[in-house]
Amino acid sequence: MLAHIGRRIVATIPVMAIVALFVFSLLYIAPGDPAAVIAGEQASPEDVEKIRRGLGLDRPFLSRFGDWSWHILQGDLGTSMFTGLPVTQLIVQRLEPTLSLMVVTLILAVTIAVPMGVMAAWKAGTWVDRGLMAFAVLGFSVPVFVVGYLLAYVFALELDWFPVQGYTPLSAGFWPWLENLVLPAIALGCVYIALIARITRASMLEVLQQDYIRTAQSKGMGQGGILFVHALKNAAVPIVTVIGIGVALLIGGAVVTESVFAIPGLGRLTIDAIVRRDYPVIQGIVLLFSLVYVLVNLVVDVLYTLLDPRIRY
Amino acid sequence: MDRRSFLKAFAGVGSLAASGAFPAPALSQGAAAKTLRFVPQANLANFDPIWGTQYVVRNASQLVWDTLYGVDDQLTPQRQMVEGEEVSSDGLTWTFKLRSGLKFHDGEPVLAKDVVASLTRWMARDSMGLMIKALQKELTAVDDRTIKLMLSAPYPKLLFALGKNNTPMAFIMPERIAKTDPFQQITEYIGSGPMKFARSEWVPGAKAVFEKFADYQPRNEPFSWLAGGKKMLIDRIEWIILPDPATAAAALQNGEVDWWETPIPDLVPVLKKNKSIQVDIADPLGNIGSFRMNHMHPPFNNVKVRRAVQMALSQEDYMRAVVGDDTNLWKTIPGFFTPGTPLYTEEGGDALKGKRDIDGAKKLLAEAGYAGQPVTCIVAQDQAPLKAMGEVTAELLKKLGMTVDFVATDWGTVGQRRASKSPPGQGGWGMFHTWHAGADCANPASYIAIRGTGEKAWFGWPDSPEVEKEVAAWFAAKDLGEEKAAVARLNKAAMEHVIYVPTGFYFGYQAWRSNVSGVVKGPLPFFWGVAKA
Repeated sequence: MLAHIGRRIVATIPVMAIVALFVFSLLYIAPGDPAAVIAGEQASPEDVEKIRRGLGLDRPFLSRFGDWSWHILQGDLGTSMFTGLPVTQLIVQRLEPTLSLMVVTLILAVTIAVPMGVMAAWKAGTWVDRGLMAFAVLGFSVPVFVVGYLLAYVFALELDWFPVQGYTPLSAGFWPWLENLVLPAIALGCVYIALIARITRASMLEVLQQDYIRTAQSKGMGQGGILFVHALKNAAVPIVTVIGIGVALLIGGAVVTESVFAIPGLGRLTIDAIVRRDYPVIQGIVLLFSLVYVLVNLVVDVLYTLLDPRIRY
Repeated sequence: MDRRSFLKAFAGVGSLAASGAFPAPALSQGAAAKTLRFVPQANLANFDPIWGTQYVVRNASQLVWDTLYGVDDQLTPQRQMVEGEEVSSDGLTWTFKLRSGLKFHDGEPVLAKDVVASLTRWMARDSMGLMIKALQKELTAVDDRTIKLMLSAPYPKLLFALGKNNTPMAFIMPERIAKTDPFQQITEYIGSGPMKFARSEWVPGAKAVFEKFADYQPRNEPFSWLAGGKKMLIDRIEWIILPDPATAAAALQNGEVDWWETPIPDLVPVLKKNKSIQVDIADPLGNIGSFRMNHMHPPFNNVKVRRAVQMALSQEDYMRAVVGDDTNLWKTIPGFFTPGTPLYTEEGGDALKGKRDIDGAKKLLAEAGYAGQPVTCIVAQDQAPLKAMGEVTAELLKKLGMTVDFVATDWGTVGQRRASKSPPGQGGWGMFHTWHAGADCANPASYIAIRGTGEKAWFGWPDSPEVEKEVAAWFAAKDLGEEKAAVARLNKAAMEHVIYVPTGFYFGYQAWRSNVSGVVKGPLPFFWGVAKA
């Protein structure tokens, strides 16, 4: 197992190199000009050109890519063209809100979705199943920003239970921290809940047809024990897979959610950087997200072996 | 339900919510009253007012850096950092004396050498500064408080240039900072203005904080825009970046923020209904919408084609699309200069008055030999006013029988593509929309968009010696009468050449909590004199 993990970590290096090349090339050919944004509306074309030169954007692709890669190898993600601050510093500033949002969303989603899926499978074909799956379809279909506005409308503006915007660091206390995250986490979690619930249901339905389940039932085992001890464990591999894949959904959804709820996280940093064409920041964030995604997949693979002893690496 | 209705519905319910019910920051009541939470028009992504000339940077910079002069609400320059000035009888030698006791935020005194370095850097980037630089024979620090500027020819608009509010403003920085290449960003934010920049609290894209500078010495005169005593009545200003207008509206209604610089017109009716909120026009100088054509390439390299568009274009259509049906917020303008300012003129503006002549425009297009060449319209979809104007333009051009190549893109791409002088089919463009702040269009000094200097002109590169002749006449004018005459001729020449087509004049609103006092109308938000109960 350890050898496998080691091999996977080593395999991450070429993956990240390809991602780096891809992101850099994509941004190189993408339209847009940070110099024009920096210069402002009153600047002359000559001023824009001088700023572009000052930023080194007039240099050829290979020269820029070589410089950037060399710095990446030394752990330096570069400097924001706009703020003049190191990309690492910008990312660190924004990491806590986004991680907090993702963790709360993940906990919320798994806590709600897995029992939902189990219940739907257990009551397959009944109104309970149909109701839960209708909810899941709704979760898939309604955009995150709409859910966000509706939640803020009801729970912030009408009921006055939560703030409408902002983020409070965990260091300021658990409840102030959580208070700012509840609504965004529900908004972001809707799609995720729907996805996990559907997969859980499908996987459970398959497992519930197995002979050993019938055996357990015939031996008089309680329904809870059958569902959550025997069936769910055997249905867990696809569920864990989809939770892993869902991290990508969370990252994408965080971009919108953070804008609606004004959370100063990586999602908003991403949008700001894209709109302004702040290339080093975009590249840094994409690399970070790619690394997270690769590592999450590695964790999922390791979890397989714990959930299903038949799986060996 | 469309997005606009949805936003309104969301924000509207805020009026039902109890005021101040949301958790407040961990501040005592007194501290909260001394902290102003302000939602600016855009993210403060960088903080060098010479290197980056976005309005939001200028607006933040006025807190941190001071200027030698500052314009008042009549756009007349008044002394700010200077105690006095002397000018020789031939107008070639200016001597400025700094006020005593001026200090930078790091405790160092403001010296004449700082002024020399700051003006040198500013001159490299500002259109008026470049003109002064071309005339400059000598700019020196005579002693710690005295600066001498010698010119090769008189420049009557010198004090206006040093005190104007248009970007880039002539901010004074410590010499070591001002020596930074004007095309490179500064890395220290030390000024001598009334507020210090709390760099450690800056989270670009989310928050910027300014703290009162205890050693600032405001002038004794009452303040008027950038002139007079900049007395700070609050200790701390937090700029909170809220990119979503509905969120900003809700935050204002619930007392989570105190002042919102640019509420969108759709949400203003909701805010006006809330008794805890004041709403008013933000900038009395407003904005002028622009239909900017590429004078280098067909079809708009032909003045008859440009005139055809001018003849058919309905400013009312544009303004209703951009601002809505609230006619207090917009008006049509048959001219290029800001309505309500001394130089406003309609001379030569008949082409934009009265019923629009589509048939006449079609005939003019035929006369011009227009044969269906595509008009590449680069339209930013991420800027609501530009998107709205672009849609009106597409309809207008189609109505004229023109072939429209509608490129829906974002502002960043427009910024890049409009700089291309290639033909439209090879990465260039035919037209784009933008808007100009009325403060920039009050006179020709900072009105870069009206210049007709050909390849050196602003994007579109109009070439009109007639326009340039009148710009020069304005710079040389000795009194307001001469200025008005020059600008009237300039307006007429620019209309005839169709430098660009104004799509109308419009205002924006600002909104603030009722417990905030001292908010004034101006081309930028002024924080001096603002208090919070």
